[in-house]
Amino acid sequence: MIDNWPILSIVTFLPLAGVLFLLLIKGDEKALAQNSRFVAMWVSGFTFLVSLPLLIGFDSSLTGYQFEEKGVWLAGTGIGYHMGVDGISMPFVLLSTLLTPLSILASWRAITHRVREYMIAFLVLETMMIGMFVSLDMLMFYLFFEAVLIPMFLIIGIWGGPRRVYAAFKFFLYTLLGSVLMLVCMLAMYIDAGTTDIPALTAHQFAEPMQTWLFLGFLASFAVKVPMWPVHTWLPDAHVEAPTAGSMILAGVLLKMGGYGFLRFSLPMFPLASEFFAPLIFTLSIIAVIYTSLVALAQSDMKKMIAYSSVAHMGFVTIGIFTMTEQGIAGAMFQMISHGLVSAALFFSVGVVYDRLHTREISAYGGVAAVMPRYAVFFMFMMLASVGLPGTSGFVGEMLVLVGAWHASSWVAFFTATGLVLGATYMLWLYRRVMFGAIVNDQVKAMEPMQMREFSIFLPLTFLVLLFGVYPMALLDVMAVSIQFVLDGLSASGLSLLAAN
Amino acid sequence: MIFDLADILPALPEMILATLALVLVLVAAYGGEGAENAKRVTRIALGGIVLALILIWSGTAADQTAFGGMFKADSFAIYMKILVLLGTFGALYMSITPLAKDDINKPEFALLVILALVGMMLMISANDLMSLYMAVELQSLPLYVVAAMRTNSLRSSEAGLKYFLLGALSSGMLLYGASLVYGFAGTTSFSGIAAAVSADQLPVAFIVGMVFMVSGIAFKISAAPFHMWTPDVYEGSPSPVTALFAIAPKVAAMALMMRLTYGAFGAIEVEWSQVLVALSIASMVVGALGAIMQRDIKRMMAYSSIAHMGYALAGLAAGSHQGALGVMIYMTGYIFMGAGSFSIILLMRRDGQSATRIADLQGLSRTHPMLALGLMIMMFSMAGIPPLAGFFGKWYVFLATVNAGLVPLAVIGVVMSVVGAFYYLRIIKIMYFEETDDPLDTDMPTANKMVLGVSIGVILLFFLGLSPLLEAANVAATALMTQL
Repeated sequence: MIDNWPILSIVTFLPLAGVLFLLLIKGDEKALAQNSRFVAMWVSGFTFLVSLPLLIGFDSSLTGYQFEEKGVWLAGTGIGYHMGVDGISMPFVLLSTLLTPLSILASWRAITHRVREYMIAFLVLETMMIGMFVSLDMLMFYLFFEAVLIPMFLIIGIWGGPRRVYAAFKFFLYTLLGSVLMLVCMLAMYIDAGTTDIPALTAHQFAEPMQTWLFLGFLASFAVKVPMWPVHTWLPDAHVEAPTAGSMILAGVLLKMGGYGFLRFSLPMFPLASEFFAPLIFTLSIIAVIYTSLVALAQSDMKKMIAYSSVAHMGFVTIGIFTMTEQGIAGAMFQMISHGLVSAALFFSVGVVYDRLHTREISAYGGVAAVMPRYAVFFMFMMLASVGLPGTSGFVGEMLVLVGAWHASSWVAFFTATGLVLGATYMLWLYRRVMFGAIVNDQVKAMEPMQMREFSIFLPLTFLVLLFGVYPMALLDVMAVSIQFVLDGLSASGLSLLAAN
Repeated sequence: MIFDLADILPALPEMILATLALVLVLVAAYGGEGAENAKRVTRIALGGIVLALILIWSGTAADQTAFGGMFKADSFAIYMKILVLLGTFGALYMSITPLAKDDINKPEFALLVILALVGMMLMISANDLMSLYMAVELQSLPLYVVAAMRTNSLRSSEAGLKYFLLGALSSGMLLYGASLVYGFAGTTSFSGIAAAVSADQLPVAFIVGMVFMVSGIAFKISAAPFHMWTPDVYEGSPSPVTALFAIAPKVAAMALMMRLTYGAFGAIEVEWSQVLVALSIASMVVGALGAIMQRDIKRMMAYSSIAHMGYALAGLAAGSHQGALGVMIYMTGYIFMGAGSFSIILLMRRDGQSATRIADLQGLSRTHPMLALGLMIMMFSMAGIPPLAGFFGKWYVFLATVNAGLVPLAVIGVVMSVVGAFYYLRIIKIMYFEETDDPLDTDMPTANKMVLGVSIGVILLFFLGLSPLLEAANVAATALMTQL
């Protein structure tokens, strides 16, 4: 019975139902704010529960898409309503449904004005994120992919920091510029293949010169999203100005849209161009890993440092994807999920102390561990996971990427490994400066200990980071078949090319 | 010449509206002085538009001609006329209260609008150089008058005069081009012109005539470089008049452009396609860059409409069935975006005075949350952000452009849409990211609420109705392609 439920549609559009509900509630400002928080919390929590059957019912031995839904949208034009998940998209759906309630919980106290609008923006954002990961129609994918900009623009612009207007505009326009170039390529693909159905496009063979252009168009969009050097500059601004929860979602889910796009579109649909451009991607990614790590080292703002570390970590992801080896892609996927959990937790960590001291300057802190010992433990754990300590999820992802990179080229592996060392340096240094040492700032002494609410945000993230660290097969098993499918497609195109030559 | 009934029936809606205009002259003259009479005239006019809408909607979709082939009624005409009627209805409906507040609610307004409307409908159905020119003039002359309707305002008079002078110039160009075309084709009927020329045997002067005609119509849709009048006229005219200008005449002129290029000049697509590509690029660039610096929201909307026409022309330049379809989808979204935006701009008043600086919108999200939400949706849609109506217009227009091999045009178009997004976002920024302690008036007439509500609904749920809309546009495009 439950098998026939359109579970993906339900998960995708349930938050929108919450939005309708939020629009209807009334009351004075205080009651309205409190009710909005609860409604958003319940709706997103319920969405998470509804998304769990995806995990339970997922058969990781099957190639192809599961929980598929097909509907008529624009009859006779090759554009339809098509949803489904495979081993690559399913983890992202759960990541989105998990991080949304946590971010709403994280903004419980921090957001005090226009709470209802804030919660509406978050629920709309959740729908867009999930929809993007489950869409199996290119036009639908694009709708969700770009519609994400609307709520995020508002979240940064209305509830952000002092330079929020600049950051919101930069975020929006940068991303939009990339996306519209992808749009032109999508049009060309639609014309060439006569359909926007993603499985059909994957099976369709695009001519080699066309692949090159299509790849570049998609790269323009995904590179901004990931973000890759040198189009990463919107990210530090957006992160610093966004409210804590905005940063959590931005780093946790939105950055993964680029990596997901590479795996869903670039590699399977333009295999020849992917192979051709792989060295370019390696170069850019290595620059990103080393350069942004160095930049992170020089930051005096905690959030900005973590933002730059995100760019470096996403560099690992792009390297892993374009090694086009089983380990590399699995590592990249693993790294994305791991980074989604860890970076959300790190940004939340910053938010926790920011809520108390209202500054993110590293120099304003020092000795926090003495005042908030439990918080120090969580922060340390996440910091070590970010550095890639064995036993945490960060280690598995980076390890696999390195193995994959070694297959591709030992130089790539060498430079990538350099990034690991640098990452450890700035993270440990950050931790030392914030947590240890004498308390110089009197306000630090007055900081209240961690609350139950904050504890309950850290707990699930910590549990998952640890789980994936000690038992990585939990995640790797889910993805293995889908990754193999991508690789089979790549080698098949290589063979057909050989045959043609 | 004796008309028989079969000759008149296809033009029944136009006839009814034309008769209504004459009746309205009497009502306006003998209905007494004052505001009440103006309202009465407007209500009757609105009723007439609804009647025409019903007639057209329920009318036969078969190709019909009237008046010796000068008038054409086909499914393309039906599609475009519905858009024009909807747009005019919206603009006239929401003009009642703002006109009264500005104390310029004269009965002539609705009457002139109806006359212009007849002109617009005839433009859509024009099938002959003679009917084309007469329709354009019938549409233009009443609009010159209403632009200058606020007689005690220098700017309004200036706007009217400017519009008239430049409009006369464009009519001259149109007429001159028509005379050249007639000279070489030996006939004024579109089908005759199409039969008279072929691509391999083409006198240069004929091309010159075609370029002049296209330029004349480009003036009417305010495509760059024939756009100079637009910002001044938009700013100087009373806001309800601007709303009308921004919505309906653009659709009619675009339809005329389509009839002319796809029909009469169908054989020389290669020639006019280049002209349209140039117009399209110029409009997209001028519209996007020009709007950035504007402080008055009506001026900004003027540049925004120039850019929108550039996008629509990009589809037209493809010269294909798909291109026509794209333009129709685009214009459908366009009238609702225009109506929705202007329903809010008309409400922008402070202490009873119209306040149309962009800065006047400051903090609107706090003082008027629903208006701010509505305007935000309109702005995102105009910027082409999915899943709103504006995105689908761009999708189908650029689909045709790319399919016709005009990839550079599409790339310029999408890049300019990013530039355009900047000034649309600026409006949202001012409404949402800034605070004010000097709010706008809160008075909200029902008409504006209705128009805004309908527009928001259409734009948000455009994707749901896209399938039947595509079907209708498809039929209309087929009729356009086979009109001769």
